[in-house]
Amino acid sequence: MPEKFGFKLDLKTTGPFLALITLIIIGMLVNDAFLSTGNLSNILARSSFIGIVAIGATFVITAGGIDLSVGAMAAFISGCMIIIMNSLIGTIESSVAIILLAIIASAGIGALAGLINGILTTKAKIEAFIVTLGTMGVYRSLITYMADGGTLSLDFSIGDIYSEVYYGDLLGLPYPAWVFLGVAIIGYVLLNKTVFGRHCLAIGSNEKVALYSAIHVDRVKTMTYMLQGMCVAIATIIYVPRLGSASGQTGILWELEAIAAVIIGGTVLRGGYGRIWGTVVGALILTLIGNILNLTDAISNYLNGAVQGIIVIAAVYLQRGAWRRNKQ
Amino acid sequence: MSTHRVSKSFGHVEVLTHIDLEIHTGEVLAILGENGAGKSTLVKLLAGYEEVSAGELRLATADGSTVPVASWNIEVAEQHGIVLIHQEFNLAEQLSAAENIFLGNELKRGLFLDQERMLRLARKYLLALNCQVDPATPVSELAVADKQMVEIAKAYARNSKLLILDEPTAVLTSKESEVLFRLIERLKQQAVAIIYISHKLEEIERIADRITILRDGEMVGCYPASSLSTDDMARLMVGRELSNLFPNIPAPLDEIALRVVNASVPGLVQAASFELRRGEVLGFAGLVGSGRTALMEAIVGLRKLTASAQIEVAGKAVSYPNLAAARDDGVAYLTKDRKASGLLLNLNLVFNFSLLSLSALFLQRKYAGLLIDQKKEQRAFEQAIKTFDIRLKDSAITAGDLSGGNQQKLLLAKIMAVAPRIIIIDEPTRGIDIGTKSQIYHFIAELAANGHSIILISSDMMEIIGLSHRVAVMCRGELTGILVDDEIEEHEIMRYATGLKRQPGKNNSEDQLCA
Repeated sequence: MPEKFGFKLDLKTTGPFLALITLIIIGMLVNDAFLSTGNLSNILARSSFIGIVAIGATFVITAGGIDLSVGAMAAFISGCMIIIMNSLIGTIESSVAIILLAIIASAGIGALAGLINGILTTKAKIEAFIVTLGTMGVYRSLITYMADGGTLSLDFSIGDIYSEVYYGDLLGLPYPAWVFLGVAIIGYVLLNKTVFGRHCLAIGSNEKVALYSAIHVDRVKTMTYMLQGMCVAIATIIYVPRLGSASGQTGILWELEAIAAVIIGGTVLRGGYGRIWGTVVGALILTLIGNILNLTDAISNYLNGAVQGIIVIAAVYLQRGAWRRNKQ
Repeated sequence: MSTHRVSKSFGHVEVLTHIDLEIHTGEVLAILGENGAGKSTLVKLLAGYEEVSAGELRLATADGSTVPVASWNIEVAEQHGIVLIHQEFNLAEQLSAAENIFLGNELKRGLFLDQERMLRLARKYLLALNCQVDPATPVSELAVADKQMVEIAKAYARNSKLLILDEPTAVLTSKESEVLFRLIERLKQQAVAIIYISHKLEEIERIADRITILRDGEMVGCYPASSLSTDDMARLMVGRELSNLFPNIPAPLDEIALRVVNASVPGLVQAASFELRRGEVLGFAGLVGSGRTALMEAIVGLRKLTASAQIEVAGKAVSYPNLAAARDDGVAYLTKDRKASGLLLNLNLVFNFSLLSLSALFLQRKYAGLLIDQKKEQRAFEQAIKTFDIRLKDSAITAGDLSGGNQQKLLLAKIMAVAPRIIIIDEPTRGIDIGTKSQIYHFIAELAANGHSIILISSDMMEIIGLSHRVAVMCRGELTGILVDDEIEEHEIMRYATGLKRQPGKNNSEDQLCA
């Protein structure tokens, strides 16, 4: 049955895309406002946070790891950025310079946070799940402490300028969507075209084989966590101007949404198989579900999480089936 | 039990064609064939792991006739007392031996498990197998041979009528194999039917009553064991004459390629010293667990050596912090466990082939700069397929789909892609058919003849004797001797391997025998 075989193989890679198209069609049927420029650019801008974080997560998961700390890390980095920017007002004249400094600091903190996760998993040999559960708690309470239980707000003089990063657009596409696209392209090349990407795949597939193939397993794994940290930082950089504030509630459940996006996209949770474009589509699907529920009265918006959850489980179930058929 | 014109296809590839088998109670039926001949698939059909694509399975009834089986799967097969003991064990590692023996079949007293009785019975079964293991020990702490005994005890506890053993002695020492053979004898007397798969022809000659030979998924024939010599078996399996299994290898050069002095690995190897010359095949013999693998892994940077160790490669003192450093210096290690540490079974062949060489800086222009040049990579892979005669059924398959022999060739291709000068080969022909074995021997001979230096670790005595210029023997972490010329002979090697004999100067601690 060669034809059938080919079709199923196809379904496995195109499945997420088909689901995305289906959702778009549903969206169009549900409400005319769905296709408005305002709504579409809103969807793209919103999905870019989770999407960028999820691209980092694709590397971590492909290499057989997991990072639960990303949501708390995003909140922590937001807080740090706001504190840095607020405290630089008066010492540095140019608001743009202040913002740039905060962006650089943000990337540095993200990389450092990833490095800590990476070193704890590889050198201290603690399971990634436990390490990142721990650091998640640490960052979450740090941001609450920094905000003194309330909210950290960015000074208006900077906030007004910085908000352009979230609300502005180029060629009709909001800036966050451009950043998302850029990160996705870099991620795709990194995962599929470089030795580093190949090594991630090998480690996630079988760590011992990777070790016996002269791969610096610890180094590569640590690098995936650093990459994840930097993706979180990039997401934070475009997230802070949206609200201009950070609190203990910032970035709640981002880790689960990011992992969900990765899984919907077809990456295998136990590692050894990763798809960047799948992840991008996964992030879009998650945002679309929320958006469509907002636009319709048929299902309560409060059930957003339930619908997302069902979609994740269904996606994994379908992929499992495709794997099995491929094996045969 | 019997099969009638049974076939099996995966997708559009037929791997078994019209197989007719009959298995009688109280006999040992050996199934012989090269790797990829379909032996494992056949026994999986019998034990219900795979579905039959065509033909039928029949079961014997009380009156001596046979009836076709309606639906067949693992559970139904087990109900009929048919148990397959895998090459890879099917044990729950965290549970104790006793818990594994009664897994899914637990004895209960009321609502609760009757731990005491299970332990007692488990001990009884294990003792019957001449196995001294405490049934309360977690399986993860058992030696491989004991794990196998637990598997057999499990089958025994289920009162199995047909026991299928898939290469049981691949993981056993000769002494342990002996225990297994006696056990098989005893099971035969209890009217248990046994299907036995092995590549070791001497074993088959010894224990089989009848021999079925498969070649490329088809039956060559079924013969009474007494009518075949091991030469006949090999000939029927391969379908051609196997002349000179072991090729001639020219004498090595005088140049020293590798010098190891006082290499110790804490707890595993004590002060091993040896030299390897250019163009030499140096055999490493010893019992399982004698420290040969640990020593080699330490030399290539996969384990820590003690500070006293001195290693020279081509006259230059080296100390490799990791395998990448060894690889970049022209030293390669071919692992003995191709499934656990050799190949990524779920990934495609090209990725597997290039995995070791991709990140080698000195090979960058070959197929990877900043980005991987996938065209060049593919071309290099296609070249390797030809060089190493890797046989593909379908170009899209993963490494796990290859037969053992082809996996081993792929592994060899992966190692040779980094053009090493010193190649350490660990158990290159374990679980491999005789045709592929012969090919691998010829590769080794060719490498040596071209000036490569080779260390060959093997538990196959014929292989060590047939290929090596000199043979180093290890016993309990110590190098007890390096044998040359006439000393290279089975009994002499065993004397050194068990510690009965020891060359002067090869570190004489006063301890007792190894075995």
